Amino acid sequence: MNRRTGRLMRHLGAATTAFLLGSALTGAALAQSGDRADMMKQHRGGTIRLVAAAAAGTMDPQINYTLQYWQIDQMLYDGLLAFKKAPGAEGFKVVPDLAEEVPQAQDDGKTYVFKLRKGIKFSNGDEVATKDVVASFQRIFKVNGPTSGTFYNGIVGADACIKTPASCTLDGGIVADDAAGTVTIHLTQADPEFLYKLSVPHAVILPASTPAKDMGTEPIPGTGTYMLKSYNPNQRMTLVRNPSFKEWSADAQPEAFADEVDYDFGLTEEAAITAIQNGQADWMFDPPPADRLNEIGTKNANQVHLSPLTAIWYAPMNTNLAPFNNLKVRQALNYAVDRDAVVGLFGGATLGQPTCQILPPDFPGHVDSCIYTQDPGDTWSGPDMDKAKQLIAESGTKGQKITIITEDAAVSKNIGGYFQSLLNDLGYDASVKPISSNIQFTYIQNTSNNVQISISQWYQDYPAASDFLNVLLSCDSFHPGSDSSINIAGLCDKDMDGRMKAALKQAVTDPDGANKQWAEIDKAFMEKAPWVPLFNPKHVDFTSSRVANFEFSNQFYWLIANSWVK
Amino acid sequence: MPLTVETSTSIPLVDAHEIALEPVARQEGPWSRAWAKFRRDRTAVGAGVLLIVIVVASLLAPLYASQIAHTDPFRSGLSARILINGKRVPVMQPSTQGLGLGVTPIGPTWGARYLLGADTQGRDVAARLLYGGRNTLLIAGAATFLCFVFAAILGIVAGFFGGIVDLVISRVLDILWAFPVFLLAISLSIVLISQALVIGPFTIGAGSLALPIVIIGLVYVPYVARPVRGQVLTLKNSEFVLAAIGLGIPRWRILLKDILPNVSTTLIVFIPLMMALNIMTESALSFLSVGVQPPDASWGTIILDGESLLYTRPAVSLAPGLAIVITVLALNLLGDGVRDALDPRSKLRPR
Repeated sequence: MNRRTGRLMRHLGAATTAFLLGSALTGAALAQSGDRADMMKQHRGGTIRLVAAAAAGTMDPQINYTLQYWQIDQMLYDGLLAFKKAPGAEGFKVVPDLAEEVPQAQDDGKTYVFKLRKGIKFSNGDEVATKDVVASFQRIFKVNGPTSGTFYNGIVGADACIKTPASCTLDGGIVADDAAGTVTIHLTQADPEFLYKLSVPHAVILPASTPAKDMGTEPIPGTGTYMLKSYNPNQRMTLVRNPSFKEWSADAQPEAFADEVDYDFGLTEEAAITAIQNGQADWMFDPPPADRLNEIGTKNANQVHLSPLTAIWYAPMNTNLAPFNNLKVRQALNYAVDRDAVVGLFGGATLGQPTCQILPPDFPGHVDSCIYTQDPGDTWSGPDMDKAKQLIAESGTKGQKITIITEDAAVSKNIGGYFQSLLNDLGYDASVKPISSNIQFTYIQNTSNNVQISISQWYQDYPAASDFLNVLLSCDSFHPGSDSSINIAGLCDKDMDGRMKAALKQAVTDPDGANKQWAEIDKAFMEKAPWVPLFNPKHVDFTSSRVANFEFSNQFYWLIANSWVK
Repeated sequence: MPLTVETSTSIPLVDAHEIALEPVARQEGPWSRAWAKFRRDRTAVGAGVLLIVIVVASLLAPLYASQIAHTDPFRSGLSARILINGKRVPVMQPSTQGLGLGVTPIGPTWGARYLLGADTQGRDVAARLLYGGRNTLLIAGAATFLCFVFAAILGIVAGFFGGIVDLVISRVLDILWAFPVFLLAISLSIVLISQALVIGPFTIGAGSLALPIVIIGLVYVPYVARPVRGQVLTLKNSEFVLAAIGLGIPRWRILLKDILPNVSTTLIVFIPLMMALNIMTESALSFLSVGVQPPDASWGTIILDGESLLYTRPAVSLAPGLAIVITVLALNLLGDGVRDALDPRSKLRPR
């Protein structure tokens, strides 16, 4: 997955423990001491300089759907709820933000009542009011927000808003009581993941006066620790302190240490590495290029931060196109792929863990399982070429042409090259087509392009098994002929759909029981082998020696506001 | 980029004055004189020999891969190991220092196997370099041939017949001259991702070598056709052609017997130079994923493979880069030598 271009699920993954190195340990100690005020006195000030190869489009928080800017948005805006700004798996926890507390579901999980905190102001000086909350939820639909039809379509009145966004009122769905300072949200049916959906930047609260259009580069007042001062996608974004900000919850919106954040665009990854080594930049968004990994891992080891992600690299196979419409072929490829070799292409065992299941490790519903390996059991042990060749022979598909669609980025292309060689070994006539990362993700989704197999990635939005299984493999996610058909394998199995719906329903009252169901569903999907799961990646952050108190949230990556510069 | 080539082929090869003043030379034809002059040019001869070595080495690529390197240069070797100093070492070497980040292909071993190291797929770069030379030289050679056939026909016809024919052909050449070749290549690479290009009865797949051959061959036609047309315009008004016309000799005969032989030297001079240009264009097109498709190799695709290894294994990109430099340089030197040999006013004189 290209992490810069907009798409569903661009977010970070989980692990029960964050793998924090160096200064991160200082951060843990700091969190324990809880003496933020003292630290703030000592380290407040300075400018953090970020670099990226390119900008990520609009800065409208209800429209932008990229990891790159969600990381920024969390410092600029607040929702009723937020993911906790804490390192590791604590970052998955939902905490109250503009709301006083996380509400209990009422009416069988269909109603939530939020009481707004008092005295919180936007950067323009206006106090946050219930009308802003109502207007913000309406705006999600009025601007055709990318998740309006998937995250928020369960709100009463959302159907009408999706049909005619301009006149969206969410009548009966969002009810404000100004006198009581409460906002009530009514859902058409219980949604166990609704609180997560309220914690992502698309559900931030903006001033009611914000125009219902993509604001592009124009700053929108927010309630965060910073405000957007200027944004030129070809040059630089500048964040400065929000003059109206007073910290109300360090968990939800901690006051930043640095006075300013400068985000420069246009530096190549190679140049960014050199700039950080020379102290000319503090952090790069893009992953370090493969041929500099060894260098920074040895010369600058104390500036490198490795963090496991709840993400997966995989090869979706089109279950509706030959030869992958044959179960034996899909299973054969699962047996044949040498995951260790693929991990090597990603940067080695330190940066990736081989997998042959869908849910990432330490994720709700994950239970170790691998049925496509030399010794089937809990983990992948090695490829089984004999079994693979036997299945291919039984399928009678030898000699067919197969085209692998990859991104034109090095890792994806190299994995494609490996698949080509492997498929040729298995008796096919395989070719690789690397296409621009900007279009590859939508290209492989559209059934009109007749993509047989591709290389893709998935990063979680929020910590729920359904975010992988239901989103990526349900019939609802399969839209033939559309660029937005995230069920790339095109597997629509009514029985599996029924099981997923049951698990979703169970999650409302019995999350643990539901997770057991999800584990079974994960295994059942792998028996149908719509994908070749490859590996779960780790994230590499490379920071300058100036950066201290590096904290990595499993939900939102580096918590920039919690770091200071020496 | 227009090519400027110094030629004097507007002067007929049969020079009356030379014949009168040098009775010995009367025995020699223009071609044998040119050959004699060429042989005296050591630089050009050296370049020619070097080119022959490159071509032969490329042709022997399968032999090198199977008998010397013992490798399949088109198959991933991510798990391969080789014996170096009695130790079996992995071709793809994971870092064991510091944080243990990154996996680096083996560097040049200077031995039979992995002479120039491995690429990102663990394949032998030296073997791929030789295979790549075959594709690069084939594409460049075929494109040059195609270019010259079209350029000769269009240039001669436009120059000789003049009028509306000249006007139309010249404007077509102008359009072709202005055509952005790499933009066309990028567009085609997108179109050809999922389907072949069908032009009438012809079907061209993305991996077809015909694609870069046709693109390069046609796009560079004006570079050669224009000088040919200019020369034909001069020749058309020369005395021997006017005499032929006056004698009522058919036009086709004048074209074949009087015009073509006199422009052939221009064409010959252009061949090595266009070949050099075509090699570089082929490399660029392969870099843009048009033409040679993985796992096949051309020098351009090997450079592309090495792009992500520039810091750790520069040899992967440098080797095909040097091959291009040497070949292009040799072709240019050969071109200069041929031009001097065919130029009656050249200072080089046969012994």
